[in-house]
Amino acid sequence: MQMSGAQMVCEAIIAEGVKTVFGYPGGAIMHVYDEIYKQKGFKHILNRHEQASVHAADGYARATGEVGVAMVTSGPGFTNAVTGLATAYMDSIPLVVISGQVPSQLIGTDGFQEIDAVGISRPCTKHNFLVRSLEELPRVLKEAFYIARSGRPGPVLVDIPKDITVDIGDFEYPDSVDIPSYKPTYKGNKRQIEKAVEAIKLAKKPLLYIGGGVVLSNAYELVREFVEKTQIPTVETLMARGVLGAKNPLLLGMLGMHGNYASNMAMSETDLVISLGARFDDRVTGKLSEFAKYADIIHVDIDAANIGKIVEVDYPIVGDVTEVMKKVLEQMDDIDTDRYEAWRNILKRYDELHPQSYVDSDEVIKPQWAIERIGELIGEDAIITSDVGQHQMWAAQHYPFDRPRQWINSGGLGTMGFGFPAAMGAKMAFPEKTVVNVTGDGSILMNMQELVTAAEYKIPVINLILNNHFLGMVRQWQTFFYEKRYSETDLSFQPNWKALAESCGGIGYDVTTKEEFDAAVKDAIEQDKVCFMNVIVNRFEDVLPMVPSGGALFNMMLPQKIDEEGK
Amino acid sequence: MGTLTNERRVISVIVMNESSVLARITALFAGRGYNIESLTVAPIPNSDMSHITIATKGSAKIMEQITKQLHKLIPIYKVVEHEEMVEKEMVLAKFPIAESLADISVLASAYNGGVVNVGKEMIIVMVADEPMRIKHFIEASQRYNPCEIVRGGVVAIER
Repeated sequence: MQMSGAQMVCEAIIAEGVKTVFGYPGGAIMHVYDEIYKQKGFKHILNRHEQASVHAADGYARATGEVGVAMVTSGPGFTNAVTGLATAYMDSIPLVVISGQVPSQLIGTDGFQEIDAVGISRPCTKHNFLVRSLEELPRVLKEAFYIARSGRPGPVLVDIPKDITVDIGDFEYPDSVDIPSYKPTYKGNKRQIEKAVEAIKLAKKPLLYIGGGVVLSNAYELVREFVEKTQIPTVETLMARGVLGAKNPLLLGMLGMHGNYASNMAMSETDLVISLGARFDDRVTGKLSEFAKYADIIHVDIDAANIGKIVEVDYPIVGDVTEVMKKVLEQMDDIDTDRYEAWRNILKRYDELHPQSYVDSDEVIKPQWAIERIGELIGEDAIITSDVGQHQMWAAQHYPFDRPRQWINSGGLGTMGFGFPAAMGAKMAFPEKTVVNVTGDGSILMNMQELVTAAEYKIPVINLILNNHFLGMVRQWQTFFYEKRYSETDLSFQPNWKALAESCGGIGYDVTTKEEFDAAVKDAIEQDKVCFMNVIVNRFEDVLPMVPSGGALFNMMLPQKIDEEGK
Repeated sequence: MGTLTNERRVISVIVMNESSVLARITALFAGRGYNIESLTVAPIPNSDMSHITIATKGSAKIMEQITKQLHKLIPIYKVVEHEEMVEKEMVLAKFPIAESLADISVLASAYNGGVVNVGKEMIIVMVADEPMRIKHFIEASQRYNPCEIVRGGVVAIER
């Protein structure tokens, strides 16, 4: 069929089953936008900043497991999208970002709004393409979606010169992809899996350590079955919250810098780490020489480069968690769960000794209370996104996550400003679900222009601003490690949040008491409009426990209450 | 293999011939802080692929990361960290015509090469040998006041 390059882009998006595209037009991508105007196959959301478009597509991808699509123009349109690409790259999120480029004959001349997009995005995409001819466009689009979602997923950039979107040629969207140099490994090595199973059966203190790869691989049911069958205690990384479900008695909690006591002690004392889709990030391991010091390590990862990168691995298994766990489960029928009984009891005692806790107050709202409360009010079905900082950690620690893809946050790159647009992406994918962005008074301002977008398209996400008038996480480090010199972290000067939200077509709430909190949440759900919920919380609240950067996991700063009771 | 030694290694990378594949490789080395000692690229005859030879230095752990990270790049077909290899490097060297031409010629043939051009003012020799021998050639050539020495970088093939 004869059509323009711009039409091919739209046809490919439709063929890939994408329902919502987020973007922002401009000179080099105008021809594609002209086709978007004419088509009916997908909806386009006009964000008010390209960064937000990519984060929204990212939120859509994380909530659904499908490829998210964003579209931007050349030059500044593309450079604004870079933070979004890097965010998705660090968390292995499947995205296809389509950017306009100056016409082919202008490339290399420093043309208006020309920038080397493939050059800039090379280190923050899984792969990228500069389309050289109309003939290769259908194949490139097909490969972009395939590469984004297969193997270890990631963002792919397709940079299309304007003339190629104008030219008319033959379009046949390929059914399949054949890239001889790209063949991801899904099935784990049979012999290695057998050895790992053997090690699990011989261990006395095994610990299941699950990461974002379990979410990406949609392996949570298999992992839950494994835990049920083996009764092995489990820790989750920030990216894996919800995989096991908060109610599961074998879930110790989150580990790492802000992990709970039992989780970090478990990692310090285990004799066998079973790592599934986790990559031993420095925020998880703390001081490497003390990390899992007494343990052998089984490492299942689809990306061979993750294995042996940080820690020495005894049982490397390159493969998809789903495929590997299927084989592991087949060999688990004769498992003796009593074998780990003593170990479970030790960990139970650790958790009783120092549970995840905080001191509540009647005078001021504690941020942890706000998280727990919203968990009670909106239930297990909601989707929670977050920005980056203290509020993110409190949400990860205290929200009762019950399923994967319920918790959406920028873990690897730690991008402030991610939460609001990501929440919009998730809400577009699941309009029937309540979507809350847990944010802070610092982060929210980094993409607050999206109030306009959310109001225009009626994307009713709740922005729960835990407002401590500080860049709280930096402030916390300044308190602990910089002798309370609060350099550039005091946010006492604030916008009128309610008026700000209202001026953009949303709703604002100012909340200072628990009663007001409940009322605001109830009203926000009923009103079904985008809102800023400005919750004034305890100013100097710290995220605890905390393992100081570079310290051993077992050296935690613990909440005050626990210390007092310990005495 | 030593664990922490800064060992010299040669890696062959077979890539699909497409634009910016070399940039992807060099960017990976730069971005992750790996060294490139030398790098050569040429198309593989009768195929749509090229052979890239990279000489680098690092511990066994870094070598493992380099090969794995290279392998992750989409257009990279194969990565071989050479163990048993034949390794050669070609060098062109230019000397003033006033130097002893016979000596220079003997020197070049001792290192598996010879005179390739003689002009009014300069004589050019080519040698091709193993990297260690190339180093010796360059040292030995110093007494003939070379004006310019161009090294080609190593190419290697597994034995």
